[in-house]
Amino acid sequence: MLGLNAKDMSLLIVVAILTMCAPLILNPFPADSAMAQFNAGYPDLMQKFVIFGIFAIGFNILFGLTGYLSFGHAAFLGVGSYSCVWMFKLLGYNVLPGIALSVVTSGLFALLIGLITLRRSGIYFSILTLAFAQMSFALAYSVLSNPKFNLTNGETGLQVYANDPQWFHNSERLPDLPHIFGLSMRATQKVSVGGWEFQFNTGYYLCAFIMLICFYLAIRIFRSPFGMMLRAVKSNQQRMNYTGLNSRPYTLAAFVISGMYAGLAGGLLSAVDPLAGAERMQWTASGEVVLMTILGGAGTLIGPVLGAGLIKYFENIFSKINDNVLHGWFSFLPDGMEDLMVTLIHPFVGKGWHLTLGIIFMLVVTFLPGGLVEGGQRIGRMLSRKKSKEADSPASTEPAE
Amino acid sequence: MTKSNLTRRGMLKTGAVTGAGVALPTIFTASSAAAFTNEPTGSSVTLGFNVPQTGPYADEGADELRAYELAVEHLNGGGDGGMMNTFSSKSLDGSGILGRKVEFVTGDTQTKSDAARASAKSMIEKDGAVMITGGSSSGVAIAVQGLCQEAGVIFMAGLTHSNDTTGKDKKANGFRHFFNGYMSGAALAPVLAARYGKDRRAYHLTADYTWGWTQQESIAAATEALGWQTVNNVLTPLAQTDFSSYVAPVLNSGADVLVLNHYGGNMVNSLTAAVQFGLREKQVNGKDFEIVVPLYSRLMAKGAGENVKGIFGSTNWHWSLTDEGSKAFVKSFGTKYGFPPSQAAHTCYVQTLLYADAVQRAGSHNPCAVAEALEGFEFDGLGNGPTLYRAEDHQCFKDVLVVKGKDNPTSEFDLLEIVEITPRAQVEYAADHPMFAGGSLGSCNPGA
Repeated sequence: MLGLNAKDMSLLIVVAILTMCAPLILNPFPADSAMAQFNAGYPDLMQKFVIFGIFAIGFNILFGLTGYLSFGHAAFLGVGSYSCVWMFKLLGYNVLPGIALSVVTSGLFALLIGLITLRRSGIYFSILTLAFAQMSFALAYSVLSNPKFNLTNGETGLQVYANDPQWFHNSERLPDLPHIFGLSMRATQKVSVGGWEFQFNTGYYLCAFIMLICFYLAIRIFRSPFGMMLRAVKSNQQRMNYTGLNSRPYTLAAFVISGMYAGLAGGLLSAVDPLAGAERMQWTASGEVVLMTILGGAGTLIGPVLGAGLIKYFENIFSKINDNVLHGWFSFLPDGMEDLMVTLIHPFVGKGWHLTLGIIFMLVVTFLPGGLVEGGQRIGRMLSRKKSKEADSPASTEPAE
Repeated sequence: MTKSNLTRRGMLKTGAVTGAGVALPTIFTASSAAAFTNEPTGSSVTLGFNVPQTGPYADEGADELRAYELAVEHLNGGGDGGMMNTFSSKSLDGSGILGRKVEFVTGDTQTKSDAARASAKSMIEKDGAVMITGGSSSGVAIAVQGLCQEAGVIFMAGLTHSNDTTGKDKKANGFRHFFNGYMSGAALAPVLAARYGKDRRAYHLTADYTWGWTQQESIAAATEALGWQTVNNVLTPLAQTDFSSYVAPVLNSGADVLVLNHYGGNMVNSLTAAVQFGLREKQVNGKDFEIVVPLYSRLMAKGAGENVKGIFGSTNWHWSLTDEGSKAFVKSFGTKYGFPPSQAAHTCYVQTLLYADAVQRAGSHNPCAVAEALEGFEFDGLGNGPTLYRAEDHQCFKDVLVVKGKDNPTSEFDLLEIVEITPRAQVEYAADHPMFAGGSLGSCNPGA
């Protein structure tokens, strides 16, 4: 169906069900319980999950397939964000033109940068992309935000002002916020069931729907002859060149496609929250998507999405656990013990969430080089081995080639 | 050939699915019964404290958080009540806000607009915060203020000194107690002219964002009006930590005053660099070279150590003030934490009390009602003398302190001495002053 084999189709269906039911799945704890701290089912975080999922899927098309490690993908994210906000400023708050323009501009930008950086490979390529991204950041942060020519509004971030033209905006009929044909991105239906509260948000479902399309396209790319070509680049580009194939068009296409994915993610970020800050282009943001992809499993289909989810979860949930919350958790212990526990855990939560994330990243890279996906596969294998109990067939060693 | 099987059951199924599909969007648009965003219903009300816990303003953020916790304690009837006892409005009685216990959630802005908005959004969407306050950077404050306007909650700005916060970026749901760049210029310039003379040549190093720009503009305008010249203005990135390459060119520029439009960690580093280059011992144009830091705080003075001695600046509040409000605040803050509060802590504490008081007087948390209660509100007893919350731009007007790094500090907290208390009349400006023009408050948004 849809040009997919049965296995990929079932993966797509599982992902679709998970994203559509995310508001339920991510809120496993009742709203009044102490564990509600760990609920992730609120619109902002769910939007981040799928948007950064798109970003990581796109990054994986370049990194996972061709092995070209770009350290500058945040630049495309930023370009997408700025394009989308400019559409809000000029045309009005409908998100579709903004999202469309963000894909187009980031694609063009990626073409330009790709033409230059792809002349080199390996570490030189990484450094070149990093240099371009930092240049873009400096441009957005400072150079293009002077009072005479204010394209990015610098540190404050580009936002929509009351005196912007907004030619097609009708504030009587349409909400004064990003919307899709009148349906505000911020519109949220809260449903209370028993002690649980679930939030169904328009912006989230738009992003989730677009992520499914992106995911489907990524599967098709992975399984296509084009995808095979990209894998060939990764395994041995030199040999490929010697056979008379020019690999440059393929890598450039992959670079532009992943740049467009990043731009789309940036556009969606602006669509759900109409402010584009320059720090989206900083090298830390570029590094984050590399982490997401490696954490989840580079070269796998679902890995980057999982990695993006994990990192965003840590950033938003663990960073909000303060000492007050900790004292609340351990209040059942005697005073001395309580303070001891709080002191022990304190460095790993709140502003120390980076530390926890770093430890997890270290553990994953050391013990699960294939990322979370490999972890899942190992667990799956363990279960199936137990089930079949065919322990007597030792793994046969195969000759190297 | 296609073969169609039209059955009654099939028709019903299709009809039901289509109906559900058509009806689906309506469940997203249907608004809940609440009259405004996060209307508190239970026995408690949640406030969101969004401060920088990492980055160049982390020290200020930590002190702000202490002040917020103190304010919550006082609102709930704990501690000695602090400035609630000296506040001219007597509607707060220590029983929370409107009888509800005050609870709070915290977040880290990282001094980045994006992160600050994400943190504020999670407070509003997940924790049900009905008011957001905090910020130690004007860029962040403006970004979060815009978010609160969209989401329909009140934003009580913390430490934000840019003219834009209540100028071109002002919002109906946002309120600022802190003073701004214009006021610093108006208070500081006459003192500088009196001490250093009227024929000075100033070189500005400016943090490259909204606060730096507007403060530089304000200081340059105010000093030029008294006869100074502005030789150069160099913008420095907010994340910069080494300023030696920016300080070196000052020596050959012919300037005899260096104005550091830096705050927090930035100012500590740039001042240290300037002192290390020996600027303070130099003679230029036959005059002693001078350094000015227009926006000063005790935390910065502490960070810069010896280097601040004799350096002029302005501040919103200082713990050595002797009015009843300041004394009460310093006492309860000192009892709880063991050291005096900073100006950031003061403005955040005051903003929390002002919000609680406005809700109490309005009888509702509805942002529109709160805004109405705050607009044009005149109060006293919160450490700055008689103060007005101007209705036109939601900016507080009060006296401004001109301070100087103390030559002989008696303790590690006694680092600044007050040179002059500039009366409110001298720092007032029209709401449509050119430095503040270009924006509009819009109308208050209760959300929901």
